[in-house]
Amino acid sequence: MSPSGAEFIRQIRNQVAEVDPGDVNQRLQNGSGDGSPAIVDVRESEEVARGLIPGAKHVPRGYLESRIEGTVPDRSQHVVLYCASGTRSALAAKTLEELGYENVESMTGGYTLWKDRGYKVEVPKVMTPEQRERYSRHMLVPEIGAEGQQKMLDAKVLLLGAGGLGSPTALYLAAAGIGTIGIVDDDVVDLSNLQRQVIHTTDRIGEPKVDSAEEAMKAINPDVNVVKYQTRMDASNIMEIIEGYDVIVDGVDNFPTRYLLNDATVRLRIPVVSASILGFDGQLSVFAPYDGPCYRCLYPVPPPAELAPSCGANGVLGVLPGTMGLLQATEVIKLVVGAGEPLIGRLLLYEALGATFTELKVRRDPECAVCSRSPDEIADDEMGVFPDYEAFCAAAG
Amino acid sequence: MATVRIPPVLRPSVGGVKEVDADGENVGDVLRSLADQHPATQPQMFAEGGELNRYVNVYLNDEDVRVLDGLETPVGTGDVLVILPAMAGG
Ligand SMILES: [Zn+2]
Repeated sequence: MSPSGAEFIRQIRNQVAEVDPGDVNQRLQNGSGDGSPAIVDVRESEEVARGLIPGAKHVPRGYLESRIEGTVPDRSQHVVLYCASGTRSALAAKTLEELGYENVESMTGGYTLWKDRGYKVEVPKVMTPEQRERYSRHMLVPEIGAEGQQKMLDAKVLLLGAGGLGSPTALYLAAAGIGTIGIVDDDVVDLSNLQRQVIHTTDRIGEPKVDSAEEAMKAINPDVNVVKYQTRMDASNIMEIIEGYDVIVDGVDNFPTRYLLNDATVRLRIPVVSASILGFDGQLSVFAPYDGPCYRCLYPVPPPAELAPSCGANGVLGVLPGTMGLLQATEVIKLVVGAGEPLIGRLLLYEALGATFTELKVRRDPECAVCSRSPDEIADDEMGVFPDYEAFCAAAG
Repeated sequence: MATVRIPPVLRPSVGGVKEVDADGENVGDVLRSLADQHPATQPQMFAEGGELNRYVNVYLNDEDVRVLDGLETPVGTGDVLVILPAMAGG
């Protein structure tokens, strides 16, 4: 005789491993080391919208077989499943075992017991229907999805310069839905900028670049909060400008600011996506303080003025900052979403005439003047130590 | 024989080309051979004591010679040396 539904569930629960919410909470408290389990919420979307365990991945039980591999690709990974009461998760645990998952547990009492015990929960942010439509092509990418898009909406990214590199970066990051985008630039739009600075327009010549950039970004995506800094960044204001940003995009046109930015971001542990261009050549790297090398590890001292054509006008192929700026935008999104392998410890060279990419290794320098020390050892008056800029450029003739 | 990639700022010193072939058993020999062929590159690469200028990065294939044996790093046929200065254009 076939068992009743209740009897069937009882039999399954006897066959799968169960874990108490207290144990799961303890393991989450211990941090997300290699041994920490993947927590999977198998409830329906309407239930999850009212709250879930922080860090849990949502795979509704009805989609378990088709979606679990995308969420937990490694079958030897420890998986803890939960539902509202512990029943659906037990059935789901049985399914995962049949799919070859080796270490699966169902949490007894489910989300209800978890919440009753007072353990931490979070209410997921819900996108508006307009946002779901606008970002639908991101949500369809498994590496981004709704979770990655939400990270972008919550992210704060600062662009140094709304010029050649900053133009494409700003446009695409706005389109991608980066929630807050700061722009630092004290310049006004000039006719000679328009060959490459595609965020500006002919009828905005003479306007401050930060205003022109804001207009273009808002026209693409009114959701984006644009924070404008119409100023020249220097040692006196850098800390108050950059503090609180998640990622900084460096496209500045001079060495003193690049060194100053490096020193300040190492101190505040903010990653920098850095690019530079000249003629037909571009360089790109990601400097993630203490995870990888910093700018001074790569370039301990600046070149002398005659080898540093960064003062005044230099020729550049107008398309080149587009290419390099979009590579920067891509690295920003990877850092924000946590996808892929960011360009940390690697320097990418692009040579447009030959159409070649070259990748070089960048090592942390154990003797680095800045990042060999802990952040609180770096004093205010040490930041951006550099030969006097006016003299530097005067020497260049 | 190794190939030396010339960065934009040094190209005027080598007649505008992007690559120069140069002989040498190690990194120092190859770069000195480059400087013999194109003397204008000498002060840009080397400090007065004959060591590399600190602002010049040199890579053997994809590795910084500072983490190898510096100018003494052996160079084989077909190796590529990349001379890399910092650039600040934006
Ligand atoms: Zn460093």
